[in-house]
Amino acid sequence: MLKVFLRSLFVVLCLAGLSEPALAVAVDQPLDDPRQEARARAIHKQLRCLVCQNQSIEDSNAALARDLRILVRERITAGDNDEAAIRYIVERYGDWVLLQPPVKAGTALLWIGPVLFLILAIAVMVVWYRRRSSPVAGAIEPLSSEEQDRLKNLLADRDQQ
Amino acid sequence: MSEQIEEQNPQRRWLRLVPLAIALVIGGFLFVGLSLKPKEIPSVLIGKAVPQFDLPAIPGRPKGLKSADLSGEVSLVNVFASWCVSCRAEHPLFMNLQARNIVPVHGLNYKDESTAALNWLRRYGDPYDRIGADLKGRVGIDWGVYGVPETFLVNAEGRIVCKHIGPVRQEDLDEKLLPAVEALRQGGTAQC
Amino acid sequence: MLAELGHYALVLALSVALIQATIPLLGAWRGDQGWIALARPAALVQCLLVVVAFAALMHAYVTSDFSVLNVATNSHSAKPLLYKISGVWGNHEGSLLLWLLILVLFGAAVAMFGNNLPASFRARVLSVQAMIAVGFLAFVLFTSNPFERLLPAPIDGRGLNPLLQDPGLAFHPPFLYLGYVGFSMAFSFAVAALIEGRVDAAWARWVRPWTLAAWCFLTLGIALGSWWAYYELGWGGWWFWDPVENASFMPWLAGTALLHSAIVVEKRDALKNWTVLLAIVTFSLSLLGTFLVRSGVLTSVHAFATDPARGVFILAFLIVVIAGSLTLYAVRAPAMKGGGLFAPVSREGGLVLNNLLLSTACATVLLGTLYPLFLDALTGDKITVGPPYFNATFGPLMLPALIAMAVGPMLAWKRADILGALQRLKFAIAATLAALFLTLVLAYDGPWMAIPGIALGVWIIAAALEEAAHRLRLFRAPIGESLRRLARSPRSAWGTTFAHAGAGMVIIGIVASSSWQVEKLQVMRTGEQVAVGEYSFKFLGATAIKGPNYDAVRGSFEVRRDGAHVDLMTPESRSYPEPPMETTEAAIRTGWGGDLYAVIGDPTADGAWSTRFYNKPMIHWIWMGCLFMVLGGLVSLSDRRHRVGAPARRNKNAKPLEVAKSVAGE
Repeated sequence: MLKVFLRSLFVVLCLAGLSEPALAVAVDQPLDDPRQEARARAIHKQLRCLVCQNQSIEDSNAALARDLRILVRERITAGDNDEAAIRYIVERYGDWVLLQPPVKAGTALLWIGPVLFLILAIAVMVVWYRRRSSPVAGAIEPLSSEEQDRLKNLLADRDQQ
Repeated sequence: MSEQIEEQNPQRRWLRLVPLAIALVIGGFLFVGLSLKPKEIPSVLIGKAVPQFDLPAIPGRPKGLKSADLSGEVSLVNVFASWCVSCRAEHPLFMNLQARNIVPVHGLNYKDESTAALNWLRRYGDPYDRIGADLKGRVGIDWGVYGVPETFLVNAEGRIVCKHIGPVRQEDLDEKLLPAVEALRQGGTAQC
Repeated sequence: MLAELGHYALVLALSVALIQATIPLLGAWRGDQGWIALARPAALVQCLLVVVAFAALMHAYVTSDFSVLNVATNSHSAKPLLYKISGVWGNHEGSLLLWLLILVLFGAAVAMFGNNLPASFRARVLSVQAMIAVGFLAFVLFTSNPFERLLPAPIDGRGLNPLLQDPGLAFHPPFLYLGYVGFSMAFSFAVAALIEGRVDAAWARWVRPWTLAAWCFLTLGIALGSWWAYYELGWGGWWFWDPVENASFMPWLAGTALLHSAIVVEKRDALKNWTVLLAIVTFSLSLLGTFLVRSGVLTSVHAFATDPARGVFILAFLIVVIAGSLTLYAVRAPAMKGGGLFAPVSREGGLVLNNLLLSTACATVLLGTLYPLFLDALTGDKITVGPPYFNATFGPLMLPALIAMAVGPMLAWKRADILGALQRLKFAIAATLAALFLTLVLAYDGPWMAIPGIALGVWIIAAALEEAAHRLRLFRAPIGESLRRLARSPRSAWGTTFAHAGAGMVIIGIVASSSWQVEKLQVMRTGEQVAVGEYSFKFLGATAIKGPNYDAVRGSFEVRRDGAHVDLMTPESRSYPEPPMETTEAAIRTGWGGDLYAVIGDPTADGAWSTRFYNKPMIHWIWMGCLFMVLGGLVSLSDRRHRVGAPARRNKNAKPLEVAKSVAGE
C-alpha cells in the first residue's frame, strides 16, 4: 500500500520535508565585504542544487543547498578565487553541478548544435528561394486579396483628395 | 513549373524522410532513457582515497570515525540519520550483516541530533562498528553526499570502490555489494 | 457507485472512439455518405461520455470520497473547495483525464461548429482526432485508472501538495492543456489534408483559428506558470529553463511559427508543405512534453511521480503518432507544392525569416533539453545543461527575429522595399534612438546589456504602434477618416499590433528587472532597518499565526521611501502538516515602477531572522506583455473572416482572385 502511495505522490519541487534534516545549524549570513558577497552569490548561481535538481543552489530551499552556499562563502573568505571555489565543489560532486556544461569532447555537439542548425536552416532557405524563383511566373500572378485591398484603399484615397 | 521539375527529380525525395528519421532517432534515445537513472549522480570519488576527516562519536556511544579507521580491511560506510525515513527500510539489512559478521559497517550520522540518533539506534538496533557524528554535514559534503541514505564500499587501502545512492535493498547487497566485497578480499578489483 | 459509472463511461468512450477513428475515414475514402455522417454524432457522444467520467471524478473529490484511491492519495477533507477541485488535475491520473476531456471538447467543437468544412474533410479530421483519443483512453484505462477503489477507505486523505494550493497553479494546468491539446486540431487538420492530398488557402483559414486559440491558451498557461514560480517559490525567479518549462516552451515556439506560416498559406498559397510539417511537429512537441513530465527520463523540479510501465506505453503511443504522421508526410507532401512566388524581401519573406529563426531556436531548446539524456545514453556521462547554456544560445538566435518582427508588418507582399519600410518607421527609429540615449544617460553605471535591450523593446513597441498609425492614416488624414479606418481595418491586423507590442513589453520587463534589480540578503533583529535601493525596510517583528490548514510565521516589515510610509509587507513561512512541507509566501508589492519583494526565512538560534528583499523594476511588464500577446491572439481570433467562415473551397484551377473577391464582398 505504501508503495502505491509513494508511486502516485505528486512531486513538485522538492521542498518537501521527506528527507531533510531537522537540525538547522546555520542560516544564510552574507559576508561583510559586499564585493566578496557578490562573488559568492555569482558562484551560487552557477552551481546546481543536488537535492532540488534543476535549481541553482542560490534558488533552492534545500538544506544541502544552504550548506553549499555557506561553504562557498567560506572558500571565498579563505582567499579562494572564483575558479578555485567552484573547483572545490566540483571535486566533490563532479561536473554535474555546473549549470553551464563545460566545453569538452562530449559536449561539442551541444555547443556547435545551434550554429549548425542555423547554417542548415539558412542553406535550406537559400536553396529553396533559388529553386522557386522564376521571373516569368511572378509577372503573371494575379493580385492577392491584400493587394486588392490596398488598391481599393489607394483609389479611395485619391477619390477623396 | 519549377515545382514540377523538382518533383521529377527523385534525388530530392529522400529529403522528405528527414523529419521521420530525426523523430525515430529521438524516440530511440527516449526509449534508452527510460532505463537510465538521471537523478543518480555518479560519485567522482570512485577509486580515490577516502576524504581526510576525523569525526567524534555520538555522545553516549563509544568509537568515532576517522579516515585512518577505514584502511586495513574492506568495509561499508553507511550515511544515515534519524530524520531519514528511508533509512529505516534498509536498516534490517545492516543488522543482518552485523549479526552474521559478513563485513564491518561504519556509520556516518549525517546532521543529526545526538539524542535523536541514540534513540533511533536503540529502537531499530545498532549494526555499526564505528559511527562518526557529522553535525554540520561538512564531512558529508567531502564525501559527495547529497541524499541520505548513501552507502560507500571502501577497500583495504582505504579507497572508495563504489557508492550506492538511496536505500540498499536485498538484491543490491546480493548482486552488487557483497560480490564486490568478496572480490576485494580475494585481492581482486571490483566495480559496481 | 459514481466512480464505477465514470470508469464505465471511459470504457464506452474508448469503443466510440474506435468507431470514430475508422468508419468515417473509410467512408471518406469510399465516398459513403452514411459512414461519413457518423463522425459528427460519434464525436458528440464520445465527448459526453468523457464529460460524465470527469464529472464523476470531480464529484469524488468535492465530496471527499476516500474510497477512491486517487482521491485518498491527493486530497484531504480540510482543504478549501477550490483546491479540492484543482486537486482533480493535480495528479497523474486526473490530469490525464483533463487532457482527454479537452481533447474530446475540441473534437465536439469541430463537430458542432465545423459547418464550413466539407463533410468528407470534417469526417477525416474527426477520425484523426479520435485516433489520438483512442491512445489516451487506452493509456488511462490500462495504466492510470483514476477510479481505482481503495478498500477499506481511509478516514482522511493524504492531501494535495501545498505548493499546488494556489490560485495561480490551480488554473495553470488547464490552460496549458488547452494549449497542448488545441494543437491537436492543427495536427488533425494537417493529417486529414495529407490523406486528402490537398492543402490550400481554405485549409489555412480553417486551421488558423484553432491554432490561434491553442496558442492563446498556451501563452496564458506558460505566463501563469512563470508567475506562480515568481511569487510562490520565494526566490524571485520566474523562468529556470527546467525541462518541464522547456517542454511547454517548445510547442509554443513551434506554434508561433505555425501561426505565421499559416498566414502565408492563406494569403499566398505558398509554404504549404512546411506549414503541414510544422503542424505535425507542434503537436508532436506537445506530446513529447507530456511524455517528459510523466516518464522521469529527465530530472525536473516539477514532475509527476514516475512509473516505467507508463513511460513505455506513452512512448510507444508517441512514436506511433509521430512516426505515422511523418511517414504520411514523406509520402504525400510532394503532392502539395506550388503557390505564389515572392522575393526574399517581402512580407512572405519576413514570415519565412520568422519561421527560420523560431524553428532554429526551438531545435536549440530541444537539443539542450535532451542533451543530458543523449550523453548519458551514449557514454554514461552525466552533465547539466542549465540556464547559462540557454541564455547563451537562445538569446542570440531570437535577437534578429525580434529586430525583424518590427519591420515585417510594414513590408508589402511579394516584393518589398526595405528602405522604404524603414522610412515609414521613422518615428519608431527616433523613439528607439531616444530610448538608447536615455538609458545611456540614466543607467550608464548599470550592466551595458540593458542599454540595447531596452532600446530593442522600445523599437518593437514603437514600430507596432507606428504600423497601426499608418493603417489608420492617423494625423495624415482627417480624424473622421482615421476613425472610419479604425472600424474597417481587419481585426487580424490589430491582433498583430497587440501581440507584437506585447512581445516588446516582455523584452523590456526581462531586461529591466534582470539588469537593475536590487537584492538584499541579511539576518535581521526586530527594529533593524535595511536600505533596498531608494526604499528602506524596517523589521517590526515575527509572529506565529494559524491558517486553515497550515501554521505559519509572519514577518512584518514597514517599507518607507524618503521617510514616507509606503506599505506594510508581511511575508510568511508556512508549514503544512498534510503532507508535511514548508513553503515560503513572499510578500509582493506591485507599483508602477516595479515590484518590491520580501521573504522571511529561518530564525537563528538567538532570535534573529534571515530575510531577503528585492526591488525588481518593471518586472510586471513581463506578464502584462504576455497578456497583451493573448489579447492580440483573441482580437485576431475575432476577425470576421473566421466568424463568417471560410469561403467554399475553390477548384484547383480557380484563380486566387475569386477568394479576394469573396473577401472584399463580405
